[in-house]
Amino acid sequence: MALLEVDRLRIEFPTRRGVLVAVDDISFSIDQGEVLGVVGESGAGKSITGAAIIGLLEPPGQIAHGTIRLQGQRINGLPNEAMRRIRGAKIGVIFQDPLTSLNPLYTIGRQLVQTITTHTDLTTSQARDRAIDLLNEVGIPAAERRIDSYPHEFSGGMRQRVVIALALCAKPGLIIADEPTTALDVSIQAQIISLLRRLCQEHRTAIMLITHDMGVIAETADRVAVMYAGRIAEIGPLRDVVKNPKHPYTVGLMDSIPVIEEENDELAHIKGAMPGLQEIPIGCSFNPRCPDAFDQCRRERPDLMPTGNPNQVAACWKYDGTTNND
Amino acid sequence: MTDPYQGPLTSSPLLEVRDLSKYFALSSRWLSRIFTRQPRPVLKAIDGLSFQILRGQTFGLVGESGCGKSTVARVIVGLYTPTRGEILFEGQFVNQRNHRFSRASLHSRMQMIFQDPYASLDTRWRVRDIIAEPIRAFKLAQSRAALRNRVAELLLQVGLSPSDGEKYPHEFSGGQRQRISIARAISSNPDFLVCDEPTSALDVSVQAQILNLIKELQRRLGLTYLFISHNLAVVHHISDHVGVMYLGRLCEVAPKRILFSQPQHPYTRMLLDTIPDLSLTGRKRQPVTGEVPNPINPPSGCPFHPRCPATNERCRVEQPHPGASGESMVACHAVEENRLR
Repeated sequence: MALLEVDRLRIEFPTRRGVLVAVDDISFSIDQGEVLGVVGESGAGKSITGAAIIGLLEPPGQIAHGTIRLQGQRINGLPNEAMRRIRGAKIGVIFQDPLTSLNPLYTIGRQLVQTITTHTDLTTSQARDRAIDLLNEVGIPAAERRIDSYPHEFSGGMRQRVVIALALCAKPGLIIADEPTTALDVSIQAQIISLLRRLCQEHRTAIMLITHDMGVIAETADRVAVMYAGRIAEIGPLRDVVKNPKHPYTVGLMDSIPVIEEENDELAHIKGAMPGLQEIPIGCSFNPRCPDAFDQCRRERPDLMPTGNPNQVAACWKYDGTTNND
Repeated sequence: MTDPYQGPLTSSPLLEVRDLSKYFALSSRWLSRIFTRQPRPVLKAIDGLSFQILRGQTFGLVGESGCGKSTVARVIVGLYTPTRGEILFEGQFVNQRNHRFSRASLHSRMQMIFQDPYASLDTRWRVRDIIAEPIRAFKLAQSRAALRNRVAELLLQVGLSPSDGEKYPHEFSGGQRQRISIARAISSNPDFLVCDEPTSALDVSVQAQILNLIKELQRRLGLTYLFISHNLAVVHHISDHVGVMYLGRLCEVAPKRILFSQPQHPYTRMLLDTIPDLSLTGRKRQPVTGEVPNPINPPSGCPFHPRCPATNERCRVEQPHPGASGESMVACHAVEENRLR
């Protein structure tokens, strides 16, 4: 059984000018110890999906239908108090900006100890020992001393390590990491990526890694979900999606990333930009930008369908059995 | 554009900086300075930079945040006055009081594209006024009709339509706004553009569009660029020469191909190792260690020595100076003494 199962999740924002659909009928699952990379451009619905899973969707956003199951138990629609106990204990969270996810008025030790005692039966002094262990584990030098420092006394990379330690406090089975390295420099990014990968292997923690950066995904993920305009365009094993993308959007996305190994004068690019939520076209949402679009793409919305490659599915009519056999 | 750039790319430098430095004084209270008898702390944002940018070429400047890249841009376009050093444009000094250029003539030939297209366009101005501002300021159009035509031509050149001139910036996406910034930057027919992280705020597919546009304009108008970015793959794509900065100093300057195929400075090597492996080759890499130190209190000797795998006693005490090593200029004792690899 998968650790996390998201089934036909739809997230809506009712506004005065009608209902905006931020996430439209997406389904995916994450296994224990697996890193699922969720990649897409800004506004594709990646972060909203993450927020819905941890029950932190901001009003007026709401789950219109669909279910989110953690270890088989449905977690969407739970009362706040019950969700609060799951958040932190079973699902850890890492946000983009470490400065805003730490309280500037408390020492990091106090924040760690509080989180640990909330979610476990440890006493305060045991919790402090555990906090020091955690800080050591995430690579903060001289943890015994640094535990009594305030967030501002740490550098950006070190702060993100503290946030990761906070997410690990109660040994959750799943961590939602929303752009965990975006605010960091490249050399620090490489360190945080290898830290996340190590933790995932050692603790069998699953990670849902949300990012716009295909490079980060390529370094960490086992499987990749590519999101476009509120839907999943393609989902499959990392190597297949990166090396042999099936959906025309993924193809364009991969081609538009400059690569050092290649010497070309001009980058391939996708014409236009992703539509806003008010102007998502009928049919496949990618059809106005798609080089391969045909009639059916402009009329009907494709669901994820097999692409011929095991475990790799794409929402594209190209792979529909009926239109493919000509 | 009246006549597209046709002449051969001469290899004379369009812009040259020599020993360029910019220090910022960090004032602590006057009285406590007296009592503690401490000198005024100084942040050396850039320290002793020298490089040339050849006409019609792109010089990429790369480094992590806080290394002084943006300060270099601002000093060169004249937004900051340098503490020390010289800037030469077409072989003429520009930062001395009796220089040949009037401010206006220089500024019309040197323009800048900023990182954040949401902050760099005035939200209350129509796009046509934003683009026309440099033309009006430098009095480059003879009549209103000429101005209107020029703005329409510029909009077309950056891939927008002339009717977009009537709109306001908020009606455009990030990529389109960056196109507007580019139209504004080239409206005064400059020779030299400083691009400070022009694609960092954009999504990858839009980034590719903007990079292609920047390259195309260079071909068509014969522009020379100083291109600043933290993204090595982007710098590799766009540049002819690349300079790598660390804590306000240049550690290595080399032609692009050489820098990426034979990096010499240990910091350049470390940076190249951090590039995500999109080809999934699974190549072995050196783990990155340490962080950028505080620039207010930089390490003695070579600023990179605490993170460097090839440090010795000399690196801790003596500051390395750039020296030629093959086609590269490298500021490293280990390279000079052949201690690497």
